Amino acid sequence: MDKVGVITSFIHNIVVYNIPLLYGTVGEIMVEKSGSLNLGVEGTMAVGAIFGYIFGCYANSLGLGIVSAFLLGALCGLLFAVLTVSFQANQNITGLTLTTFGLGIYFFVGNGLKASGWPAMNDYENVKEGFEEISIPLLSKIPVVGEGLFSHNIFVYLGILIAIAMWWYLKHTPMGLRLRAVGENPGAADSVGINVKLMKYIHICIGCGIMGIGGYYMALNMSGSFNSSCWINGYGWIAVALVIFANWSPAVAILGTFVFGFFNTLRASGTSLANAFPEALGWLADIPTQLYQALPFIITAIVLVVTSIRNKRGSSGLPAALGLNYFREER
Amino acid sequence: MKRIIALFLAALMVFALAACGAKNDNADKNDDAGKTEASDFKVGAIYINSKNDTAGYTFAHHNGITTAMKELGLDVDKQLFIVDEVPEDKEQVLAAIDTLVGKGVNIIFGISFGYIDAMEEAAGEYEDVIFSHATGYKSNETNFNNYFGRAYQARYLAGIAAGLKSLEIGNNNVGYVAAYGTEYAETASGINGFALGVQAVNPDATVYVKNLGAWADEVNESAFAKELIESYNCGVISQHCDSAQPQIAAQNAGVYGCGYNSDMTKDAPEAHLTAAIWHWNVYYATAMQAAMDCGSADKFVSTMGSSAYYGGLKEEFVDVSPLSENCVEGTDKAIEAVRKLMVDGEWDVFSGVKLTVTADGVVTKTDAALVDNAGNEIVAAGGESVEDSVITGTMNYFVAGVKEA
Repeated sequence: MDKVGVITSFIHNIVVYNIPLLYGTVGEIMVEKSGSLNLGVEGTMAVGAIFGYIFGCYANSLGLGIVSAFLLGALCGLLFAVLTVSFQANQNITGLTLTTFGLGIYFFVGNGLKASGWPAMNDYENVKEGFEEISIPLLSKIPVVGEGLFSHNIFVYLGILIAIAMWWYLKHTPMGLRLRAVGENPGAADSVGINVKLMKYIHICIGCGIMGIGGYYMALNMSGSFNSSCWINGYGWIAVALVIFANWSPAVAILGTFVFGFFNTLRASGTSLANAFPEALGWLADIPTQLYQALPFIITAIVLVVTSIRNKRGSSGLPAALGLNYFREER
Repeated sequence: MKRIIALFLAALMVFALAACGAKNDNADKNDDAGKTEASDFKVGAIYINSKNDTAGYTFAHHNGITTAMKELGLDVDKQLFIVDEVPEDKEQVLAAIDTLVGKGVNIIFGISFGYIDAMEEAAGEYEDVIFSHATGYKSNETNFNNYFGRAYQARYLAGIAAGLKSLEIGNNNVGYVAAYGTEYAETASGINGFALGVQAVNPDATVYVKNLGAWADEVNESAFAKELIESYNCGVISQHCDSAQPQIAAQNAGVYGCGYNSDMTKDAPEAHLTAAIWHWNVYYATAMQAAMDCGSADKFVSTMGSSAYYGGLKEEFVDVSPLSENCVEGTDKAIEAVRKLMVDGEWDVFSGVKLTVTADGVVTKTDAALVDNAGNEIVAAGGESVEDSVITGTMNYFVAGVKEA
């Protein structure tokens, strides 16, 4: 066994299999910063995945796939916004409904198309080539970690860029400040002339669009092979928890994604690491797979406890008005 | 006055119900006489996933049932009743059975292992309905049987294709993405069958098994295959899971693979060699014909001849999918030679006789003990094949040459 290769492939897989979490988390942060709690991440990602994949293939263009995944995700966001912002529906229930709805659409479209002729990714050169790994010059030549961290497909770089841009937007732009005001105290924001409804609409849609791109990534990472299980596979739910882990900061979300990814990927790579380094990591092989399967959720539970302790100390990024519908007349 | 009317109406309802019930009883009694006409025959099925699936386990069974019905001239639209997406929960399975019995079905197929207790209970309760349970081990002498197939035979053949490929590419590491390992005899026998097939061609080969711990987990099926290729340097990837992700991962990495359940050449045309596949319709047609012939449900098991159906290559219940162009030349000859031994009943996989197979289809038998990977002797050299009940129920070891990865 190539010991260095095992570590490189472990690092590489952490990124490859967990970057959708970053899209889901960053998208959800944007939605939550506007004061809306959207539990429909899983469904939104599924919708983005299936339509992004299909349109991307039909147009034979990766770019168009990304755009359609974004637009269809945003459409899910629009549905959520109409129901919760305009019609004041309960956000939790609407979000859960959106998940069921999105997964339903996913299987409806997927199974329907599978029966009549499923587009195979291999037949669409531009999509296939667009998804190939791009090595960053110099950085990817660093021993051990270089290839693991700096040789990835376009979505990985795009995801990191979106996260950083989002962090900048929330922290350093007037629009971001207004958005945070809406999430903290929509009444106060309204009183200084911010259009609360419009702000919510825009950011819910953009946030859901970003989730949609994450779904599209998952579709391509699964090589567009449609089966009886969903490509998203619970990533949407972990993303909701990651938002709390990241303390509503897109920059911390990058870190959070890789910490979660580390434990997630241990399931596939744990025994390889144990075999490559029997003395130092041999114990990894003795852990039953069931524990590996449970790890992401155990970590989630620990994170929630730690966060709630931190919140008591008053340093939480939790938007104060999260989950509460804003109704002007009740101000 | 109102009370009296209410009482009267309630009494009327009770009588009406009783009348309906009595009518059903009569209908059932008529069925008991002689053979059931094909036009009166009703089939019930309980699925774990959606009947609209386009791939996977439920799809394979649904396809098998509908194909068998068409073969027997039954009308799928009118004579097949399905309750799908039934989880492995006793109450829910019993409710599904009640629904199907209410539709007047003659036979109920339950496709998931966890339906076992509910089907056993229902078989005692509804003596005039036949219960047939896939992958299980419970049965009775009258109206309840189980069915499964010798997938290990098909896997042995796929193993030959994989072994020849490993010789050609000069890589003795073969990977295997498995839903489970030694926890289930189903997966262990499949892995062992495949490994022995590989070793028949390439005695130096090692089969690295990665255990998913789940029957379906597409993301990890892909990740595990990638791990076997990158960290264990495997040149051929086999699998015991529904999705084609391991084959796609093999193709992306430029190595080869053997699929499972369906011909995966379409999913990974540059990597796939052949897949171990099932022809579920073979059993379903046999069982439906027996159910129609036996006249009354209590004679079903005796008509079938056994309370456990265990078909193999001989019955064409299991097979390998057509060999792809990626296979080494001569693979077809080697596979046909070994298949003939098993079809004729001259030899079986888990016995004290080892086969040595060459690419031009020359098969030599030698007496050699079957040994597990901890060095324990399972079958002495020259010994008889292990019992079917071991293969289906208690095989909890890997043979020599298999390593957990």
